[in-house]
Amino acid sequence: MSRGTDRSGADRPATVSASRRCPFRGVVMGASAGGLDALAGVLAELPATFSLPILVVQHRHASDCSDFARFFDGHSLLAVLEPCDKELIRGGHVYLAPANYHMLVERNGTISLSLEPLVHWSRPSIDVLFESAASAWGTDAIGVLLTGANADGAGGMRRIRAASGLTIAQEPATASSRTMPEAAIRAAAVDLVLPPAAIGRFLAGLRQKEGGP
Amino acid sequence: MTKGTATIGVPINPAELEAIEIRLLLDAIYQRSGYDFRSYALASVERRCRQFLSLSGCATIAEMIPKVLHDEEFLSRLARYFSVSVTEMFRDPSVYRALREHVVPLLRTWPFFKVWHAGCATGEEVYSLAILLREEGICDRATIYATDFNDAVLQQAKEGIFPLASVQDATRNYLAAGGKGSLADYYHARYDAVAMDRTLRERVTFANHNLATDSAFGEMHLIFCRNVLIYFDQALQARVLRLFTESLVHGGFLCIGTKESLRFSAVSHAFEPVDEAARIYKKRAEA
Repeated sequence: MSRGTDRSGADRPATVSASRRCPFRGVVMGASAGGLDALAGVLAELPATFSLPILVVQHRHASDCSDFARFFDGHSLLAVLEPCDKELIRGGHVYLAPANYHMLVERNGTISLSLEPLVHWSRPSIDVLFESAASAWGTDAIGVLLTGANADGAGGMRRIRAASGLTIAQEPATASSRTMPEAAIRAAAVDLVLPPAAIGRFLAGLRQKEGGP
Repeated sequence: MTKGTATIGVPINPAELEAIEIRLLLDAIYQRSGYDFRSYALASVERRCRQFLSLSGCATIAEMIPKVLHDEEFLSRLARYFSVSVTEMFRDPSVYRALREHVVPLLRTWPFFKVWHAGCATGEEVYSLAILLREEGICDRATIYATDFNDAVLQQAKEGIFPLASVQDATRNYLAAGGKGSLADYYHARYDAVAMDRTLRERVTFANHNLATDSAFGEMHLIFCRNVLIYFDQALQARVLRLFTESLVHGGFLCIGTKESLRFSAVSHAFEPVDEAARIYKKRAEA
């Protein structure tokens, strides 16, 4: 299995529709309560050839040292890791924000970690990640907001949408906690509303179109 | 720029405009105050600009520029806001445990030794290190230089007064870090704060030092700089790591944040890992 080392599609643009001019550069995902299952549901649909990077904030306690990377690695054909500061963002890799650090996308294609104060009582915070993706990737960002009992993420989704990126929320009826996706939907920050597996298939479909015959 | 005036009349996207405003603002701060945030990790700086904007009463980031130039109080508030950092006592207890196990035995072999705690912020970890050295019986041989570029936080560090609310976590960390007594032996509680035992400061010199612009500190045996490099961009990180390499004696130790890495740096060959998970390195003899 190539486990994310297949870079054959890396230079070709993905398109959400024929009219879309820019390739997507990456996906940011956020989840809180009930997030492990939802994230696993999305990741399970992505083929080993998926060539966009995925940066994930799953809310967790500051002292939580459980090995999320290993958990997700078992649910994904992509390489899953907790990045160091300044790590180069590579396609086909899933980056999990470490406990007690904010994770941000830099314009130069690297990851920054930060110990700035908590946002929505959370570090890592979804808003912090999404806001940075909106700045760094603009119209080429995809934001995915999953289950959670928190208002974190709605602001970040709004920023991605304001930058003409694409935003997807988990269908609240499928969420173990519907507060977070609903907050984003209410804020009119969402383009698509889908259950986790469908989100995964949608993302996988972007790449198939791109890599098609 | 390369196309002369060709972009006038062409609509600019708001994100690009914001990026220009932020560059100009950072330039204004630098030229006015000498504080150089231009070489800070950009995503976090942009975030702080936006946050500060929402508190400032200005409509755009560009509107903050004249205030930076003409309003001393505004400038110092902004500079303080940019240098906010969060720290705690015995943060990452496993690192302190690794220091006890791997570094203290070598520090013991020197008749005296110097420690540079770079970017000490409000000082929680300075006191943590002083407690550790005292419990290991080598504090009297130590000279600790605790530096930060921000005088306000340095003053707080000198006073050593921390919120009572932080003590519960600190106590748990202290025990997990291999503490040999009780954290309560090292502070006095008053109302909603604790004052650290002043004798912990006897071996500590607090001083202003700016990693972005100032030069090396000589002949250090241990440099402790955790979760400071994450705020810098690659170029400034490289400068600071060079500075550390020059400031260490051969066989001296460098301890950085657990999510920071020497992997991306040109000086990585100058160090060998002592405890990779704790990010403790030793300067090679030939370096």
